[in-house]
Amino acid sequence: MSAVKFQAEVLENLCIAPDICRMTVRWPVSAGLPAPHAGQFYMLRSWAFDETPMLSRPISVHDYDAEKETLTFLYQVKREGTEKLKALEAGQSLSLTGPCGNGFDTAEIVRTAAGRPVAVVGGGIGTAPLLLLCRELSAAGCKLELYCGFRDQPYGLEEFLPYCAAVSVATDSGAVGYHGLVTEILHPEQFAAVLTCGPMVMMRGVAKLCDAAGVPCLASLERKMACGLGACLGCTCHTKVGAKTVCKDGPVFPAEEVFE
Amino acid sequence: MADYTAASLPQGISADLHVDLFGKRLAGPVIAASGTFGFGPEYAGIEDLTVLGGISGKGLTLNGQPGNMGERLLETPSGLMNSIGLQNPGVQHFIDNELPAMKTCGTSVWANLGGHTIEENVEGVRMLCEAGIDVLELNISCPNVKQGGLAFGIRAKDAEEVVSAVRKVCTVPLVVKLSPQAESIPEMCKAVEAAGADGISLCNTFQACAIDLERRRPVFDNTFAGLSGPAIRPIALRMVWQAVGAVKIPVIGLGGIATGRDALEFIMAGASAVQVGTANFQDPAACVRITAEIGQWMDAHHVASLDEIRGCARG
Repeated sequence: MSAVKFQAEVLENLCIAPDICRMTVRWPVSAGLPAPHAGQFYMLRSWAFDETPMLSRPISVHDYDAEKETLTFLYQVKREGTEKLKALEAGQSLSLTGPCGNGFDTAEIVRTAAGRPVAVVGGGIGTAPLLLLCRELSAAGCKLELYCGFRDQPYGLEEFLPYCAAVSVATDSGAVGYHGLVTEILHPEQFAAVLTCGPMVMMRGVAKLCDAAGVPCLASLERKMACGLGACLGCTCHTKVGAKTVCKDGPVFPAEEVFE
Repeated sequence: MADYTAASLPQGISADLHVDLFGKRLAGPVIAASGTFGFGPEYAGIEDLTVLGGISGKGLTLNGQPGNMGERLLETPSGLMNSIGLQNPGVQHFIDNELPAMKTCGTSVWANLGGHTIEENVEGVRMLCEAGIDVLELNISCPNVKQGGLAFGIRAKDAEEVVSAVRKVCTVPLVVKLSPQAESIPEMCKAVEAAGADGISLCNTFQACAIDLERRRPVFDNTFAGLSGPAIRPIALRMVWQAVGAVKIPVIGLGGIATGRDALEFIMAGASAVQVGTANFQDPAACVRITAEIGQWMDAHHVASLDEIRGCARG
């Protein structure tokens, strides 16, 4: 089913780290709303159409609870748009347009893995879409190991523990885990596939390691977007197989199509 | 909780929102503007597309093009700059892959076509008309292509030449989309009318510029980009006013329309219908919302049909 626009009630909106907030909203699939899957995102707007910023903000699905009919977003507060999201309180509502994008093809990942472990590699707020991904893959019987890079203090990692056999952390500051880049502790040859989301420079490094090891890699990209629906072509990514919209053809792409 | 449905007109609007244009009856006065609405199906789950007067699809060129590199979007006060660069799959790909779904949207199908040469435009129009579209919107006004986008949109004589050539093969109503960069809006409108256009839509985005202070370079690879949104609306309205005064053919007004009141200003200036573009990004159900707001205003002011107020501001 295609994207819908729905005014969703905020159930909880908390900051879990400096500039990092987690918001849970009601998403009543029983009322006919389409269920999201891992790697998809929504266009969020808690301000009127004629207020600033002009554009809604694309935020990935951090978690989705089918039973409770709730959606969770983990987002970094950067400027005006995300500041306005942060100001939302339980009981208020915001406009959601989505689910948008292709997301991860978890069935195909499970097939590719064929019982072998899969590495999930996140950088900073790029870990946000990886939680639902780990939950879905774990439920499908996939063995997972998580690698995460942060500038200083990690956040949200405890959420991953039920789904991942191992969690490895690298920090730029050395405050926690390995002192250095996450790409320095990742060995793709140990895995059937690598799934990544984070800064482009990190994902490029992950893609390079995977390419050298001959391991398939999927990368989830972030771009400035106006529509989120594939209509405006503002988020186009020039891949090796032609121009693709990050919002509709992506945000998940085979890494070799996106990175040199 | 009631089941989800896509946004539609609220019950109880009694005003007649139909617009008769080119011998056809459009369901409403709001047409989704080219480049902001894909080819339509993307919005089917969000709003009831049968409320719309039409959908003008993403701008096409005969052979398609990948569009511009670098930044493509920048928010500005009450506006949006874009530098998409006419990225499109080409006319044949559109006919084979996008047009069938566009035809199922339940509203009139407007194909928007631009070209670098007269020959390209003529061939594209011929193919689109054969494939079955309702309206051809000839785009002589894209500011974001280094060569050709605006080539026919500045001087009236150049526009007249391409419109005359296209007219000979265009078997559906021909609307010419004008640029605010035209040397003279009235002269341009008269030339396009004389060349056989059935209607005029204006205006496309305004050429604009932004500098990235950190890089000390223009934000956009092409230096200039197109500015749209409420920031340009009063200037667009002035141009629509001039266009209506210059020609007898219908004028479709666009430029920053985000509310029913905005749309009514264009209608009172004499526009036959309006297009809504950037507002689709602020509110993906904007076309239906604006249509509803027009109807509610009409009801509150005892206006039964848009014909009663079209051009009324001109005295």
